[in-house]
Amino acid sequence: MSAVTASGVRRIADAFAGSDRRAALMPYLMAGFPTVEDSRRIGEACVAAGADLLELGVPYADPLADGPVIHAAATAALEGGATLPAVLDVARALASRAPLVLMCYANMVFAPGADAFVERLADAGACGVIVPDLPLEESAELRDACDARGLALVPLVAPTTTPQRLAAIGRAARGFLYTVSLVGTTGERDSVQESLAAAIARARASTEVPVAVGFGISTPEHARQAADAGADGVIVGTRLVRAAGEGDDAAAAVSSVVGELAAGLARAR
Amino acid sequence: MSVEAAEPPIEHRFGAYGGQFVPETLMPALAELEAAWVEARADERFQATLEGMLRDYGGRPTPLYLAERLSERVQRPVYLKREDLNHTGSHKLNNALGQALLARRMGKTRIIAETGAGQHGVATATVCALLGIECVVYMGVHDTVRQRPNVQRMELLGATVCSVDAGSKTLKEATSAAIRDWVANVQSTHYVIGSAVGPAPYPALVRDLQRVIGEEARAQLLERERRLPSRVVACVGGGSNAIGIFAPFIDERGVELIGVEAAGEGLQSGRHGAPLTVGGRPGILHGSRSAVMQDAEGQIMQAHSISAGLDYPGAGPQHAFLRDTGRARYVAVTDQEAVAAFRELSRLEGIIPALETAHALAWVLAQADGELDLVCLSGRGDKDLAEVLGGDHA
Ligand SMILES: Cc1ncc(COP(=O)(O)O)c(C=O)c1O
Repeated sequence: MSAVTASGVRRIADAFAGSDRRAALMPYLMAGFPTVEDSRRIGEACVAAGADLLELGVPYADPLADGPVIHAAATAALEGGATLPAVLDVARALASRAPLVLMCYANMVFAPGADAFVERLADAGACGVIVPDLPLEESAELRDACDARGLALVPLVAPTTTPQRLAAIGRAARGFLYTVSLVGTTGERDSVQESLAAAIARARASTEVPVAVGFGISTPEHARQAADAGADGVIVGTRLVRAAGEGDDAAAAVSSVVGELAAGLARAR
Repeated sequence: MSVEAAEPPIEHRFGAYGGQFVPETLMPALAELEAAWVEARADERFQATLEGMLRDYGGRPTPLYLAERLSERVQRPVYLKREDLNHTGSHKLNNALGQALLARRMGKTRIIAETGAGQHGVATATVCALLGIECVVYMGVHDTVRQRPNVQRMELLGATVCSVDAGSKTLKEATSAAIRDWVANVQSTHYVIGSAVGPAPYPALVRDLQRVIGEEARAQLLERERRLPSRVVACVGGGSNAIGIFAPFIDERGVELIGVEAAGEGLQSGRHGAPLTVGGRPGILHGSRSAVMQDAEGQIMQAHSISAGLDYPGAGPQHAFLRDTGRARYVAVTDQEAVAAFRELSRLEGIIPALETAHALAWVLAQADGELDLVCLSGRGDKDLAEVLGGDHA
């Protein structure tokens, strides 16, 4: 275990606390999309353009929480040969630049076994993992494995989450609490939900870790609204994955969008 | 750690299998569904409504038929439980009707479903027409072609058929698309899952609703033969007709339970739909842990079967449990053998079976031993004529 990963949870906490923006900016990128090499460059460009943390998607053929853009990117990545070792190489290259959290579906976590999977994450320098189809009731084994290595198992809460569930999830949260802003799968939306401030307040009251908002955040305006609503962090996915699929220079395309998002989250001078 | 400390009133797990591997957004809906079912199950008025509709609208009880020429061919009595005579032509109506009534009871205004062969889609579209509920059915593009008559039926019944163009373009993708729709519309919508798969409480709920197949068959056989069958045989896609006919026999140790999966182009070819037969490491698909076709990294593999309803890389968690405990045995039959049985039953008995069902029949036809077989004739084969007569698959 490297010195960096021994403190994965700590690195995430420091990134939230140390962000000089109104909310920490966490771009999501799909490993292997449009190519493995491009995704590494995109990650580097994100950090250069102002990302405080990175979320790296592991391509999966049957992503139940994802809308069409990320689903298509995952399919393309798999067709392009983005195997787990290739994904972990990208993670390793990026983890030295910014705290990195993997987004990975449950079957890939349990295929080698939770312990073996977390061992590989730790070895790649990742700070934590988000498993969108692993609700609290199924998460104990993976959380124990993560805790044993100082990695964060980051849970999600949704607008439909009941108060009792929220309390239990908030207690079990490590790293940050991923607050899904809407009822639905990932994808760009025209506006953020009016109820976002209430959702963030509810999430915050349930936990001691930072509250990050994701799903549907697509523009600098949305990012600012999320910060206004009290988010400690903002996760932007589909908008960036779309940019990665457009134009010749994927890294430049993503970098320019991340730059705009970072500007949207700048503190007033 | 569990949010509810009490023992769940219907099974969440079958040994190491089952569970609830879904996005958090759906977890409250699963709890709501479970609570509604626990209540409805114990509500005499709900049960009376369901039974009345299964009888007067659906045509239950379905006959138990001693297939004499088939019996002569295999040198032992073979009884066919005639689910093909259900309204809409398969066992799928039992489940669709029960779940749609439950959805109405829960105040849901929209129903979604996935379908492979189209039989579950037709059953769901039918009950939605009857109850006046909006209905959307997801179906892989490949299946909309090979099961065209069922697409036409669904549209005639007023359902919207969404063809799914991703991945395998078959049942696996249709199910994923339905789950994504449910994630986005969970407050208004009930997802009528079509087999004994999915996150808890679905595998137990679907089994409870299909159990009527086995209950009736058992009583009918006891009356006719004054004995239990030596073997109960059913095809397994996700496993709903099989678990329905198995359920009342699980505690009868003398009755052998046989589930017949799709061997497709052969188990060695890798192009099949037989995760229970092949075995291997369990996996997570569509919300539960069970037998799954997957690669070493945990990517779900594409299944293959000539029969759209068996063309699925997973199977219900209770079947995986019954297999591991030795209580049920799972075997597989190739496309070719199924097509031969499809033709043979048509000639022998004047019954054109669904290609799914033909897998169970092929296995029965191939056995030399046995005393008395009870076979679930899960559906009729009108939908398969183009595939068998016009196709180059066989
Ligand atoms: C007639 C018939 N039998 C069997 C099946 C397979 O489903 P299950 O295994 O859930 O019974 C189907 C599915 O489409 C079907 O239409």
